[in-house]
Amino acid sequence: MNTSTVLAAAGQVSGGEEVTFWILAPLALIGAIGMVWARNAVHSALFLVLTMLCLGVFYVLQAGPFIGMVQIIVYTGAIMMLFLFVLMLVGRDASDSLIETLRGQRVAAVVLGLGFAGLVGTGLYRALNGVTAVGLDQANAEGNVQGIARLLFTKYVLAFELTSALLITAAIGAMVLAHIERRKEDKMDQVATMKARFRPGNYPGPKPGPGVFATSSSVATPARLPDGRLTDRSTPAILPQRELTAEETTLKGTER
Amino acid sequence: MNTLLAQDPTLADFGRDPWWLVLIKIVFAFVFGLLATLLGVWFERRVVGYMQVRPGPNQVGPFGLLQTLADGLKMAFKEDILPKAADKVVYFFAPVISVVCAVTALSVIPFGPMVSIFGHRTPLQVTDVPVAVLVLLACSSLAVYGIVLGGWASGSTYPLLGGLRSSAQMISYEVAMGLSIVAVFMTAGTMSTSGIVAAQGDATRLTIGGVEIPAPGWYAILLLPSFIIFFIATVGETNRAPFDLPEAESELVAGFMTEYSSLKFALFMLSEYVAMVTMSAVTTTLFLGGWRAPWPITLWGDANTGWWPMLWFFGKVLMLVFVFVWLRGTLPRLRYDQFMRFGWKVLLPINLVWILVLSGLRSIEDWQSRDRLLATAIGAGVLLLATLLWPSRKPAPKPTPQEQADNRPYGSFPLPPLDLQVPPSPRTKRVVAEREPANIATGSDSREV
Repeated sequence: MNTSTVLAAAGQVSGGEEVTFWILAPLALIGAIGMVWARNAVHSALFLVLTMLCLGVFYVLQAGPFIGMVQIIVYTGAIMMLFLFVLMLVGRDASDSLIETLRGQRVAAVVLGLGFAGLVGTGLYRALNGVTAVGLDQANAEGNVQGIARLLFTKYVLAFELTSALLITAAIGAMVLAHIERRKEDKMDQVATMKARFRPGNYPGPKPGPGVFATSSSVATPARLPDGRLTDRSTPAILPQRELTAEETTLKGTER
Repeated sequence: MNTLLAQDPTLADFGRDPWWLVLIKIVFAFVFGLLATLLGVWFERRVVGYMQVRPGPNQVGPFGLLQTLADGLKMAFKEDILPKAADKVVYFFAPVISVVCAVTALSVIPFGPMVSIFGHRTPLQVTDVPVAVLVLLACSSLAVYGIVLGGWASGSTYPLLGGLRSSAQMISYEVAMGLSIVAVFMTAGTMSTSGIVAAQGDATRLTIGGVEIPAPGWYAILLLPSFIIFFIATVGETNRAPFDLPEAESELVAGFMTEYSSLKFALFMLSEYVAMVTMSAVTTTLFLGGWRAPWPITLWGDANTGWWPMLWFFGKVLMLVFVFVWLRGTLPRLRYDQFMRFGWKVLLPINLVWILVLSGLRSIEDWQSRDRLLATAIGAGVLLLATLLWPSRKPAPKPTPQEQADNRPYGSFPLPPLDLQVPPSPRTKRVVAEREPANIATGSDSREV
């Protein structure tokens, strides 16, 4: 039981708590507003990180150290990091376009947002209306972590497990949709590549360069194999092949 | 034993210091981080030099001790380059985030027991909270932001790749790390660092033949799998070799800090070494008994009192830092997919199974000793049978080279004869023939007569 718990239970606010609140509350608000206003997606995410960090500190201030630290580790550390990961893959210059692609989207979003807020607000109000707070003293009687653990694994164990099942289903669903399973036969590992290269009928060495054993040094002249045959492996496919005629290759009498 | 236990600080001992004492402790932790960097760079270069049979830095100061200081000064006076494509604010803040997170983690590390400073009895630890280990995890998970944002804000390809690698790496290895700490929580029953150190002190005592032997209390021995996995994850979390993929110089130039120069680069460097020392200190606290003296020293009664424990603590941290350097001097860097597979498919399942076994062992702790033995024996027997009866695939006998050569189809690439013997060089005979006259000149050869 530390001093902040005692003070909070007595309904008082200590000086340190007040100072911390007045420093961090504007920061949290700036983060929230900046998240909406920032044009760059990564900046948006960073503003959200700021807000989440401030919220984590608020939890700690209000004698909930466990939830505060979990907020920082899970939301700031893991989830926002995944967000950033995806945003970086998208590209750093991708900023939001302000063109409305769906007609009436903004109005619908505002209405739905307000409706959802009202729904959650009334739900919370109805749920907590008749409840009298037992106070932090009783809730944290065995320690903050132990108190949360007791509730989580007794009263709310079903809700907790259902939530985790939902999350796992979502994760596996995303993996099934995104994952392309290649059959084992289709996989070309290093051994398979090497065997294909030395398969009978395949020439494993480098291709002959143009002009090897040829009658002319032109790129268009196909190379000759050691047995005298022409090979068209040495010339690019887009060039018309040109082999000098016997008349062209014979001496023209200029050496005399 | 009573005097020893009185040395252990409890959570109630924190938050009672006057402001100047708090200031002294904070400055001490900060200076410890900075000094550890200065000496750590020198230590690493000397040790790696010794392993590679070369002297290492030995010119500036005694044994080259001041080399890092000289390098740091030089770095401060270099030009601070800001890339044109950089995102200026984020580029500036990224190294700051790295350093702040690395140093903050030192605040919940217990350096020693209760001591008396200017008449105040106070624990040698900046502060402790009921969830101190979670604070450490939070610091390490936030430290990734420095690297990732630094990579993104540089506005160039290699840093971006380094940042992406780093974020994926940290998320993967933090899971393994968190799970190995779960075993420590279960055994210690607390999340405060001073509480975990205290829990490693009072070990159960075995009575064998009337002699009372204290069983080892360190979690490195009791929870060996957790310790090993935690240390591996620590190496991954601090971006040290062989897991230094975000800054792999053979692939990414310098990874996330390619575009950084001058003091900002120095801050990244600082954060890397502070993180290494911090992680060594965390490993010491969680698994190696914290500031407690190891066994032969504990025979001396005062080993765990006063200021002495700080010496044992620094000794353990130094040992772990040496292991970090040792790993770097020994192991080649992993490929990225091998690294990810290792984290998700090896460390994570082993950790989960180990936690299951541990919780099973803990749940039968209250049973009678006969039932307990029976349950353990049944579990071990099932495991043994499964290992013995596991179907093993018999590999087909390998064909000889001659068989392989005979089985090749028509048109295969020509093969030299397998029993090829190199004929003697025709030049050999000539050399012998030319030598013949030299023998005549000596006149000692009887065949010439």
